[in-house]
Amino acid sequence: MKSNRVLLSILGWVIGFIIFFPILWMVMASLKTEIEAVATPPSFFFIPTLENYFVVQNRSDYLNYAWNSIVISVFATLLAILIAVPASYSFAFRPTKRTKFKLVWILSTKMMPPVGVLIPMYLFYKNMGLLDTHLGLILIYTLMNLPIVIWVLYTYFKDIPQEILEAAQMECDDLLKIFLYILLPLSKSAIFSTSLLSIVLIWNESFWSLNLTAFEAAPLTAFISSYSSPEGLFWAKLSAASTLAILPIMFLGWVTQKQMVKGLTLGAVK
Amino acid sequence: MGSINLVGVSKSFGDVLVIPSVDLEVNEGEFVVFVGPSGSGKSTLLRLIAGLEEVSKGRIEFNGQDMTNLAPAKRGLAMVFQSYALYPHMSVRENIGFPLKMAGMPKSEIAAKVQEAAKILNLSEYLERKPRQLSGGQRQRVAIGRAIVRQPKAFLFDEPLSNLDAALRINMRLEIMELHQQLKTTMIYVTHDQVEAMTMADKIVVLDHGNIEQVGSPLDLYRAPDNLFVAGFIGAPKMNFLTGGEASRHNATTIGVRPEHVQISKSSGLWTGKVGVSEHLGSDTFLHVNVEGQQAPLTVRTDGEVQLNYGETIYLSPEEDKVHKFDNNGKAIR
Ligand SMILES: Nc1ncnc2c1ncn2[C@@H]1O[C@H](COP(=O)(O)OP(=O)(O)OP(=O)(O)O)[C@@H](O)[C@H]1O
Ligand SMILES: [Mg+2]
Repeated sequence: MKSNRVLLSILGWVIGFIIFFPILWMVMASLKTEIEAVATPPSFFFIPTLENYFVVQNRSDYLNYAWNSIVISVFATLLAILIAVPASYSFAFRPTKRTKFKLVWILSTKMMPPVGVLIPMYLFYKNMGLLDTHLGLILIYTLMNLPIVIWVLYTYFKDIPQEILEAAQMECDDLLKIFLYILLPLSKSAIFSTSLLSIVLIWNESFWSLNLTAFEAAPLTAFISSYSSPEGLFWAKLSAASTLAILPIMFLGWVTQKQMVKGLTLGAVK
Repeated sequence: MGSINLVGVSKSFGDVLVIPSVDLEVNEGEFVVFVGPSGSGKSTLLRLIAGLEEVSKGRIEFNGQDMTNLAPAKRGLAMVFQSYALYPHMSVRENIGFPLKMAGMPKSEIAAKVQEAAKILNLSEYLERKPRQLSGGQRQRVAIGRAIVRQPKAFLFDEPLSNLDAALRINMRLEIMELHQQLKTTMIYVTHDQVEAMTMADKIVVLDHGNIEQVGSPLDLYRAPDNLFVAGFIGAPKMNFLTGGEASRHNATTIGVRPEHVQISKSSGLWTGKVGVSEHLGSDTFLHVNVEGQQAPLTVRTDGEVQLNYGETIYLSPEEDKVHKFDNNGKAIR
């Protein structure tokens, strides 16, 4: 019994370490000189330097990218939630014959590789003047995350007993009030964790951000990729940039761990 | 003011016709019980009245005014659900006060009304608790409290006691009856328990497959069931049905005799039978007697002290004026 537990926690630590290793490796590389960073065999013991960080900050304005990432992920998430809440509400509480089909159809849009629509999207954005704008990325990320946000909220709403809402319906004629006083308080933690999930997904998305932005609205993913340039790879600087890029989201993830796990397992575990 | 009138009300879910056509009058101040087996459409009918389901055809009138298409909250009815349907994030006080708050009543007035309702329902000590910190009976009382503060035109109950244990159920049954005496408000109460129906109702509506089989006072239904279904459904233990020669002797296809209307004797009687299992309840004994020529054993009620052995031969005689006769459509012959 006891040795089982020990074994289990050792296994846990090992898996945790394996998952964490790339991040550790990246942070280590960012503290090395360029030469040490590409050395084979890799060196585990070295004199750490913050030089890469200074170089990176001097060459490109980290705060500009970080600000873009924050604005885009927060607003796209807000917009997605704003659309998804009423959508999930009607799927969950006013189902019709076609509800199941619509839900699957919504999800099926996620199966399509984004490259498939890159050219039309790019031309569309170009004509609409949305290239390299916050609005442009906010719109595409809203659309990108809507299926997931709708599904997670739908699964959650479905678990709210219908009779509670019916009781409210008997007592209050105003759907908005029912939403504010009953549904929202009951599902605020679900909405919160879904929002976190959406922010993380957007933060890490690179396909659309690389293709639809240049500088003005470019988020941190673009910041990272600017360090893998045709002139060659600068591992240490690339690592420093990456570390900087994931720092805010790691921090957010750290403070909201519990909520995040809840969001990821919503509907999966009852 | 709470008379409710259903005129040719019918309900389908998609292609499934659940309630073919119902006409029903519920008078001001009446305690009406919808009773019927599972799936007979009791809840559906109640929800149509509440406005939680849309009527497919027909009209629902309150005090003579057409309310068929009115939103649930505008009908002025209060509903108590089987699952209580309390708001889990609100305290008892907030739960009871919620409908008043939604109606825009000033805070001080709400507080007073909640106090009053809590006092009637013995909930004063629990006002600050959340629903999950209450027992089933207390939760049901909160649900009732939430209904009474609104001073509704009528109360709708959908099997409100079926989640409670037997003792508590009887208690709450009395409390609801008491409440009806005090408030004199129209109440419609759904149950599949015919004992609840018999004890509580001014008027029982027996439903089967979405059709009203009979409407009447508990004693009406007991004394003069319109058909086999009602005869078999009302009364406990169930009425005994006999067919064949016994029935033709009464010019009927089927005859029915309630267990309490059969006399037993060890020496002579109309029917001869062998004693099967017997259930001793203390006050009464229910004997299951296998009568010659009948497939199903007859249930007979005798007093609690009777001692008869399994397999013993006894004689049964029905009280002739209490025999119910039914034709080949199952309709009562009077
Ligand atoms: N939303 C719905 N969609 C389709 N069919 C439904 C729906 N609600 C009820 N029904 C059907 O209508 C019939 C009557 O259901 P209802 O819930 O009114 O029965 P009930 O008498 O209340 O039964 P119970 O005693 O089990 O609560 C059932 O056959 C049920 O399957
Ligand atoms: Mg029901």
